[in-house]
Amino acid sequence: MTPSPVAAGARAARAGWRHRLGADNATLALRVALILAMAIGLALSTDVFLTTTNVLNVLRQASLLLLLAAGLTLVILCGGFDLSVASNLTLSACLAAGVIKSGASPWLGVATALACGTCAGALNGLAITLLRLPAFLATYAMLWILQGLAFHYMGGQEIYGFPAAFRALGTGRFLGVPVPVYLMGAVVAAGTLFLRNTNFGQEIYAIGANPEAARLSGIPVRRRQMLVYALSGLMSGLAAVVYLARVNAADSGMGEPLLLPAIAAVLIGGTSLFGGAGSLAGTALGSIILAMVINGMNLLDIKAQWQPLVVGAVLLAAVLVDLIGRGRRERIG
Amino acid sequence: MTAFAQRVRYRPRRLPAIVPIGIVVVAGAVLAGHGFASPRNIGNLGLQASVLLMLSMPMTLIIMSEGLDLSAGAVLSLCSVAMGLSLAAGHGIGVALAVSLAAGLAFGVTNGALVSLFGLPPFVVTLGTLGIAEGCALVLTDGNAVSGLGAGISTLYASHYAGVPFPVAVALATWLVTHVLLYHTRFGNYVFAIGGNRDALVLAGVPAWAWHIAIYAYGGLVSGVAALLLTGRMNAAHPTVAIGMEFDAIAAVVLGGTSFERGDGRLAGSVLGVATITVLRNALDLLGVESSLQVVAIGVLIMAVIVIDSAHSTWRAGPA
Repeated sequence: MTPSPVAAGARAARAGWRHRLGADNATLALRVALILAMAIGLALSTDVFLTTTNVLNVLRQASLLLLLAAGLTLVILCGGFDLSVASNLTLSACLAAGVIKSGASPWLGVATALACGTCAGALNGLAITLLRLPAFLATYAMLWILQGLAFHYMGGQEIYGFPAAFRALGTGRFLGVPVPVYLMGAVVAAGTLFLRNTNFGQEIYAIGANPEAARLSGIPVRRRQMLVYALSGLMSGLAAVVYLARVNAADSGMGEPLLLPAIAAVLIGGTSLFGGAGSLAGTALGSIILAMVINGMNLLDIKAQWQPLVVGAVLLAAVLVDLIGRGRRERIG
Repeated sequence: MTAFAQRVRYRPRRLPAIVPIGIVVVAGAVLAGHGFASPRNIGNLGLQASVLLMLSMPMTLIIMSEGLDLSAGAVLSLCSVAMGLSLAAGHGIGVALAVSLAAGLAFGVTNGALVSLFGLPPFVVTLGTLGIAEGCALVLTDGNAVSGLGAGISTLYASHYAGVPFPVAVALATWLVTHVLLYHTRFGNYVFAIGGNRDALVLAGVPAWAWHIAIYAYGGLVSGVAALLLTGRMNAAHPTVAIGMEFDAIAAVVLGGTSFERGDGRLAGSVLGVATITVLRNALDLLGVESSLQVVAIGVLIMAVIVIDSAHSTWRAGPA
């Protein structure tokens, strides 16, 4: 693979001293410290938090959020946004549930979910690159279209009870650790390699940082954006499979409560809403923080009604912290 | 002032695509039969459109200023809950309306401040406040509907002014007020200017940040009033009743030809957008098409209007 000059330049810049000692690692260290602080707080205030079962439970919840938030991270790094990730999960899961319930092989169901997710993502990409709609508008319309189709398909019913082989994707364990946690590790590792070591990955940062400069350097901006939205859709489809396998039931409202936490996970992970800065490892830590918040609320017997309020406030706090951090980075740079 | 106004105010000369599309939708609804044109159904249309019209008026100003308000539906629900709780506690309609206005104003000012002072993307800010408003409404009601509001508010809802039903009168008054604000006051000029070129406004010495907050605050206040219609119609307040209504309002504004990017648009276009969406939903209801597929139809309609509008402007601008 011959590296494009832009990607090589970006890589050289990122390999500099600041990258090794500075911004990126400091951001991640801060998140790890926050997680430890929360863990200590929760361990002191509840008896259950530090049990193996509960810790694995938190990780499993985090891995689900991460699968959804990973695609969104790529989109935001690229300077876009995707409001449709959660409703894409809903429709993909409902269609997969229908296919599996009709007696077909569970793997056909998995393929259905992945295909549905990717198609919806590609449609987002088309609307944004071809019709030149603002990303939030196109994906907002897509949110409602996918949600509407899911409602129509399910007709208010629930589909439940899937074969054990399929359910293992969500509830199974390997060496005592839930399967989705391995998936989270695999997605973060593969995604990080992709973002750091391929031209495409570096071009995503370049497009997010300055689309005009990226275009002038010969990066096919629209084609890259199109692919990133399709990839985000694919990740929604994958998250749908894991979620469906875990809860063992599909209904047309299953994805909606995940939208705010997924966005919050990306932003808390230090990915800038303004594009061009952030990492998948950060999003993984953000997902763990969000999962801990939700788990902590359950353990402390705080009613579920508080959840949207808390997640909304966390989201706004994350955006403000990103803004302050951005101001500091710009002063340094 | 007038010269300045003329310079900052951009009025597109061409009819927006909503006019022919609206006519097609209405003609289709009439021809499809199923009692669409009956006087009783026409009366229903007015009632159905009133809350949507109220949400769309401030939404037009917000979108003109390159903003967006995804929290409108959740804030309206919260206002309705606030109103319902104070009515259920035995207060009069005046107090209940004041509580509802205060709740709406608080969220409007919060949205506006985060967007204006910090320069944060409006769709993320209002997504966050959507969660907060929804959470507040759920916590206040424990997730249940508030009932036992007394007869006052439903009587008010059913009253008529000069033959015009109360909700329609309130919605038309909101249109009138918004029209005067947008086209005949300094505030209106600044709305166009903030969307067109906010930096220029700041350089001209105008405290643009304050006017920018005022746009969102106006949206909150109108939600506070609209809660009167929503609560009166059902004689109850439900914590999630209006969530999703912002989709129809945003769709109406976009259909009406208001642009997210250039600070242009017209209020009358949004009114046509509201009429088109209300007719479309009503006709599909009569044809037995469920609400979930109506959303898909509205999405397709938006795409159609945007494609027509952009094709037209590309054609007018000539080859790039």
